[in-house]
Amino acid sequence: MAQEIVEVPITGKIISVNVKVGDVVEEGDILCTLESMKMENPILAPVGGTITELKISPEQVVEAGALLAIIEY
Amino acid sequence: MLGFFQTGFEGLTWGSIVMLIIGGALLYLGISKKMEPLLLVPIGFGVVLVNLPFGGLMESIVAGKVVESYAVGGEPAGIIARIFRYGLVWEIIPVFIFLGLGAMTDFGPLIANPKTLILGAGAQFGVYFAFFIALLLGFSINEACSVGIIGGADGPTTVYLTNRLAPHFIGATAVAAYTYMALVPIIQPPVIKLLTTKKERAIYMKPQLRPVSKTEKILFPVIGAIIIILLVPKSAPLIGMFMLGNLLNVSGVTDRLADTAANAFMNILTILLGLCVGCIMSAESFLRVDSLLIFALGVIAFASSTAFGVVLAKLMNLFSKEKINPMIGAAGVSAVPMTARVVQKMGQEANPRNFLLMHAMGPNIAGVIGTATAAGIFLGMLG
Repeated sequence: MAQEIVEVPITGKIISVNVKVGDVVEEGDILCTLESMKMENPILAPVGGTITELKISPEQVVEAGALLAIIEY
Repeated sequence: MLGFFQTGFEGLTWGSIVMLIIGGALLYLGISKKMEPLLLVPIGFGVVLVNLPFGGLMESIVAGKVVESYAVGGEPAGIIARIFRYGLVWEIIPVFIFLGLGAMTDFGPLIANPKTLILGAGAQFGVYFAFFIALLLGFSINEACSVGIIGGADGPTTVYLTNRLAPHFIGATAVAAYTYMALVPIIQPPVIKLLTTKKERAIYMKPQLRPVSKTEKILFPVIGAIIIILLVPKSAPLIGMFMLGNLLNVSGVTDRLADTAANAFMNILTILLGLCVGCIMSAESFLRVDSLLIFALGVIAFASSTAFGVVLAKLMNLFSKEKINPMIGAAGVSAVPMTARVVQKMGQEANPRNFLLMHAMGPNIAGVIGTATAAGIFLGMLG
């Protein structure tokens, strides 16, 4: 199976996580919401598939480029 | 004695009642719809206050007689009339708001990708487009400048320029600028969609920009101010304060000043600006055909600025190997960060991999510089 690595796009704070490991997501589903520059930004699933790894939790401060999730499809 | 007591009821006119409704509508938009509340709430309340008869907030003395509304050539007597004269007419408030804006601005995305400076400048073509349409519709050249600058989507710049060139329009242009800034998510998407294909909107740009060093951030406002003011001298008040505010923020040694400029000082000025703009909107000065035309031209100015930004980005793509998503050109309309957010959202809709926010912030910030510079060009021609 192919893997899609989702990275944190910009430095900020995770305010909510909408998925968990094992969930099946469609392309465009919201994975989590990242607050940055006083804005809430949804992070979307780039492909449809199964979440096999999730490296974020609510209130976590994340750096741009860090691993956010892996989706297998 | 009671016979001399005068209530406001007998002074109410249809005009003042219409203005009270407009004031109420601005309060509603600010409070319930959260549209630019920091400005629309004081503006809306100012409109209500000034249209209640005999309150005297904007009283002026002309040739020894007291008149109810603000008189350009008279002596200000009412409390808000004084703030208006010495804060706005003397240009102190809008210029120092730029100090606060500078302190709140991060030039990082612009420094990381200087190409976006061109996009910020490109969106200013909309200002000139609206300017020419206003001229064709019979506005004087000074008035047309004030109407055109609405397209820059920059409130303080609009107030500053209108005050210098067409002070009788200050209420209408300021309210148009601030309400349209709040309406950016409605005005921009159809224009962007009209000018781009889904494939173009889906163009992927790697989310992260290169890291920007502290030295670069310190040098940018200093060198930027020198170059821009040498090129367009009349932009000195706005650009000068904007760059100083930013330098306070990035220097690392003036945190207290940056904090005051960006927060307490900015808030005080915002209250005064909002109240003054609201209080200039009395029935006799606002309920005119000109105001309606200004509102109509304001939409044209916003839409054409968006269009020029997008078209310029598409042109840049013709000449560059690394394609940019043409939507980021629309962020050159400087309503920070609204336009960047619109681009971010539309980018994700077209391609869930996209995260264009930082790319859009570059033209967004460049747009602020662009609009202040455009105002300086107008002033250089006419001021």
